[in-house]
Amino acid sequence: MTMSTGAAASAQTRVNTPAYDVARVRRDFPILTRTVHGRPLVYLDNGASAQKPLRVIETMRQVMEEDYANVHRGVHFLSQRATERYEAARETVARFLNAAPREIVFTRNFTESINLVAATYGRRFLEKGDEVVVSAMEHHANIVPWQMLENERGIRIRVVPVDDAGDLRMDVYESLLSPKTRLVAMTHCSNVLGTVTPAAEIVRLAHGRGIPVLLDGAQAVVHRAVDVKALDVDFYGFTGHKLYGPTGIGVLYGKYELLAKMPPYQGGGDMIRSVSFSGTTFKDPPERFEAGTPAIVEAIGLAAAIDYVTELGQDAIATHEQQLLDYATRLLSAIPGLRIYGAAAEKAAILSFTLETAHAHDIGTIVDRAGVALRTGHHCAQPLMERLGVAGTARASFGLYNTHEEVDRLAEAIRSVEEIFGR
Amino acid sequence: MTDDLRELYQEVILDHGKHPRNFRHPADANLEARGYNPLCGDQLTVYLKRDEDGVVRDAAFEGRGCAISTASASMMTELLRGKNEDQIKALFEAFHRLCTVGEDGSLPAELEEDVERLRVLAGVRQFPMRVKCATLAWHTMNAALSGTQEVSTE
Repeated sequence: MTMSTGAAASAQTRVNTPAYDVARVRRDFPILTRTVHGRPLVYLDNGASAQKPLRVIETMRQVMEEDYANVHRGVHFLSQRATERYEAARETVARFLNAAPREIVFTRNFTESINLVAATYGRRFLEKGDEVVVSAMEHHANIVPWQMLENERGIRIRVVPVDDAGDLRMDVYESLLSPKTRLVAMTHCSNVLGTVTPAAEIVRLAHGRGIPVLLDGAQAVVHRAVDVKALDVDFYGFTGHKLYGPTGIGVLYGKYELLAKMPPYQGGGDMIRSVSFSGTTFKDPPERFEAGTPAIVEAIGLAAAIDYVTELGQDAIATHEQQLLDYATRLLSAIPGLRIYGAAAEKAAILSFTLETAHAHDIGTIVDRAGVALRTGHHCAQPLMERLGVAGTARASFGLYNTHEEVDRLAEAIRSVEEIFGR
Repeated sequence: MTDDLRELYQEVILDHGKHPRNFRHPADANLEARGYNPLCGDQLTVYLKRDEDGVVRDAAFEGRGCAISTASASMMTELLRGKNEDQIKALFEAFHRLCTVGEDGSLPAELEEDVERLRVLAGVRQFPMRVKCATLAWHTMNAALSGTQEVSTE
């Protein structure tokens, strides 16, 4: 087979004004030089987890080699040094979201962030018959914690549907907001369809009825700048590893007055003011929610990732990724039997598709042999798969280091699926 | 295309994947179980008709899955008829070895012909993530025989 079609199309359609020097940026990510099954790696599974720049890798090593001790404990030099760096990481995250440092809680990942809100805010303020409004395109992480409250105390989950393009049905959303609604918990960007939800409007409509809003920013913060103050959102969060940072570190932003009303999440060291067997008093947020030794090195690594991304420029990254998305959409649309899911008005660089002839899993296996890493399956969004009427999709999710040539490689790899399965 | 892909997606498999045999719900089935692969969301239901002597008289399936799981289910249903539970168990074990460690020569003589037909699925051995696709129908069939209604490949 040849790749002449793809190459010709790319020559015509490529945008000539790159947002930044991608070749230089790629040198910051050591893993991108490796081969997979004898072919140069084409990593298009950024929506699941992104690769790490040297800045993150070296920062984490440097902390462990020079500045490591436990935080918030010792009076000795290294403990103070580690505490300063850990708290500086919190400040970096706060700046990144335009929040105050005391409104930033470090968690393990965004799944834990939502569970924290469900277990504390949920248990304190949600009662039998109260409703939580979610969308049909939530990740399981923003469904299951609420279902656990549903089983535990009889709250109800109401679901806002999506239209055929993958946009939220805002008319239905508005009609679902009622005096029973106690919380809106919604994705800011679908991990399957790429749909960017109208966050400001979601918040405005909820606040008009006195309802707080939690937004799942796990995909959104990777693809655009987020300002929690401008959105006026009550809870927001994301995970480090999708933002080119390490695993094991996530973020929950909460308005301070809300965090201050919430009971602790887990009990243990570092979250208490004083402990005695006649009673224990808890620290103020955010420490109240960070029991035990936190992920110190990972938090500092996340701050390095945020510095990397903000120095490159979130707008420049968004521009670059949008060019890749447009190019990939054009190239893949031209493949007979290929169907793309998601045509939202505002769409991040996530491209889900199926082939008439081959199941998503077979696509994944075959393109992998060409060195192309895709996610295949239900993407932890089974209710959405049901809405789309598919068992699963193949998903290409683009990152700041992906190139137009890699999109060509993807199209070429999909043609090799056709070679086996026919059209 | 790489050699291991060619071995995985042989014509026989593609044919069974596209045109699965015994893809139906027999009205007189007296055993059934649902199988589920949480990794990819694939699910299928296996239907068996077992007579009073413990011999499987009919085997069929319905559901959705990838080429490998569909082909494996299709080929399995073709081989079960006329076998009792011990024979089926031995065949499953032989098939499982085929998909994981390879053949070890311990095959009972009466199964040789059946295993020969299943050998086209041995290519999954090069794709560890796909072994569960190939064995889903078999685990489900096993659950049906033992009276379990649901099985997952976790």
